Amino acid sequence: MTENLAQTVPWQSCAITEIVQQTPSIKSFFFRLSKPFAHIAGQHVDVRLTAPDGYSAMRSYSIASWAISSPTIELAIERLPDGEVSQFFHDVAAIGDEIELRGPLGGHFLWPEPAIDPVLLIGAGSGLVPLMAMIRQRRALAQVVPTALLLSARTAEDVLFSEELHSIEISDPMFVFALAITRDQPVRASDYARRIDGVMVQEVLARLYRKPTQVFICGSNSFVNVATDGALLAGLDPSIIKTERYGG
Amino acid sequence: MVTRGFTGRGSGGDQSNRIPPGQHLVENFPVLSAGPTPSVDPSDWTFTVKIGPKPVKVWDWSAFNALPKTKITRDIHCVTSWSKLDTAWEGVLVEDILADAGLERPSDFVLAHSYDGYSTNVPLADLLSGKAMVALNYAGKPLPRDHGGPARLLVPHLYFWKSAKWVNALQFTTRDEAGFWELRGYHMYGDPWRQQRYTND
Repeated sequence: MTENLAQTVPWQSCAITEIVQQTPSIKSFFFRLSKPFAHIAGQHVDVRLTAPDGYSAMRSYSIASWAISSPTIELAIERLPDGEVSQFFHDVAAIGDEIELRGPLGGHFLWPEPAIDPVLLIGAGSGLVPLMAMIRQRRALAQVVPTALLLSARTAEDVLFSEELHSIEISDPMFVFALAITRDQPVRASDYARRIDGVMVQEVLARLYRKPTQVFICGSNSFVNVATDGALLAGLDPSIIKTERYGG
Repeated sequence: MVTRGFTGRGSGGDQSNRIPPGQHLVENFPVLSAGPTPSVDPSDWTFTVKIGPKPVKVWDWSAFNALPKTKITRDIHCVTSWSKLDTAWEGVLVEDILADAGLERPSDFVLAHSYDGYSTNVPLADLLSGKAMVALNYAGKPLPRDHGGPARLLVPHLYFWKSAKWVNALQFTTRDEAGFWELRGYHMYGDPWRQQRYTND
C-alpha cells in the first residue's frame, strides 16, 4: 500500500483513441499513453488542459481500466453542470486530440494485492470508476476473493458499465452485485428501490459469507457519509473503510 | 501544450494573482477525506503536545478554549485543484499553544495527529509567526464535523492536506517524518505556489 515514488511522475501527451457514451451523463475516453505505465486498480491520473492564453485547468480522474500490457487507459468522465473540464471532454474533445496527463497517482484507495479476504465495494454514479478498475483487475487475474458491489444510481440507465457488471455476476459465483436505484423501480427483485442504509449493507454482507476486511466507498461527500454510516451500522470497523470523495 | 478547443473559464479575473498554478476557484467548500468521518464529542476531546513519544501537556476542551483566540482570514488551496478565497477562521495560534506548554523550539519538525489515525508533517517554522492555528470555528460557527470539527489544524499557506482534520496532537520529531499522504506519494512540504503536489515535484 505504501508507495514511495523514486522520482517525479512526468506529464505526458496522450491521444484520445476512442470515446464511448456509457450513460446519459458519462462518457468513457480511451487514451493511448506515450509513456506507458502499470497502475494499481484504484489509482488516478491528473489531467491538464491548457488554453491559448496559457491558462490551464487540472483535474484528477480515477482510472477505470486495469493495468494490462496495452498502453491504453480508460477514464469515465461525468458531465458536471458547472464542469469546466468535464464539459470540455463531453462537448469538445474528439478522437485524435492530444491531452496532457500524469500518473499513476494515489497510494491509499488501492485494490489489495494479494486479495485474500472478502472485499466490499460501495459506489454511486461515476464513483464506480475506481471500483470498476478493482473488479476488472480481480477478474483479469482470475481471483476468487469474495467481492460485493453495492452500487447506487438514480435510474437503471444511469448504471455505468451495467452490461459488464451483469455478465460478471452471472459467470462468477464469488461476485455479489446489488443495485440501489433511488429514483425509479429496480428491474431485479434482488435490487433495492431506496438510498443505501445499514439494513441494505447488512443484507449485502450476508451474501458475502464472511465479513470483509477491506471496504472501499466512492462518490460524492454526502453519498460517502450515508454509505459509511450504513457500513458502520452493519457492524463494520471504521479502520477497514477507505473512502474517496469527489472534490471541487 | 495548448489543448485544441479549450478556452477555459478564465483565470479568476482580478483575483488571478491569488490563485496558484493549476488551481481553480470554488465558491462551495468541498469535503475530502481518506476514511469515515469521526464523531468526537467536545466532552471527550483532548489535545496533546508531545516531544517524541513523551506527552508534555494535555488540554481538555474547556482548558483549550481558555487559551487566547485569534481570527484569521486566508485563501486555501487543495491538492485536488480547488482554491477557496477569504475563508474566515478562529482558533488558537500554534505559538500560543506552545507558550502555554512552556515550550519554545524542542525540534524543527512537527507531526500533527488526528482522531482517525491520520497524520501529516509540517516544519515548525511553518506553524509559527501567525501562520498556523488549531481552528475551532469556521465562518463564525463551530467547525462542522465534515470540515474537521471540533478542531482542525489550519496551515493555509500549504496544500490543505497539511491542515489535519480532527487534530488531537502535535508531536515534535527530530527528523522530518512523513505522515499519511506523504507516505502515499504526496509531497513532503506541499507549497501550492511551487505546485509541490506529489513526491519530488
